[in-house]
Amino acid sequence: MQLARVVGTVVCSVKNLRLSSVPLLMIQPIARDGADVGRPLVATDAAGAGVGEQVFFVRGREAAFPFQPVEVPTDASIVGIVDHWDTSA
Amino acid sequence: MILARVVGTVVATRKDERLVSCKLLVARPVSPDGQLEGTHLVAVDTVDAGFGETVLIVSGSSARMADGLAQSPVDAAIVGIVDTVSMA
Repeated sequence: MQLARVVGTVVCSVKNLRLSSVPLLMIQPIARDGADVGRPLVATDAAGAGVGEQVFFVRGREAAFPFQPVEVPTDASIVGIVDHWDTSA
Repeated sequence: MILARVVGTVVATRKDERLVSCKLLVARPVSPDGQLEGTHLVAVDTVDAGFGETVLIVSGSSARMADGLAQSPVDAAIVGIVDTVSMA
């Protein structure tokens, strides 16, 4: 899983039926100091996150697991909202 | 998932039989403000997207969860047509 910041929202009227009622958010992966790392991407939200919050997200096939038993076609899902984190290195 | 713009189509006569009747489009990743970036990729279209539209592409094995692709050899599928992207 990776840390990211929610930077926007995405609206699609025409989409896969199993993506209906699943929020789509634009997220920017971040480093431990909060700096942007890499390109922003679109993630499905399984944690109820909002714009501006720091979150962690999961990539790959596992991104669909929070929505089971529905098989949502997603490769990135927000699975937690970060309260705070500490690192020593 | 990534945002991309549809920039072309692909026609292939010889292909895996599980790709027969799949619509293949060429897309190029775009930034949230719509600037083209990165390299072209071929994606299976499951939502009737058209040339010039901004779409949502799911990659990797998750692409097979799109409609009708469960047993297909694909790693990129178009699963949505983007209306708007709002950035904070």
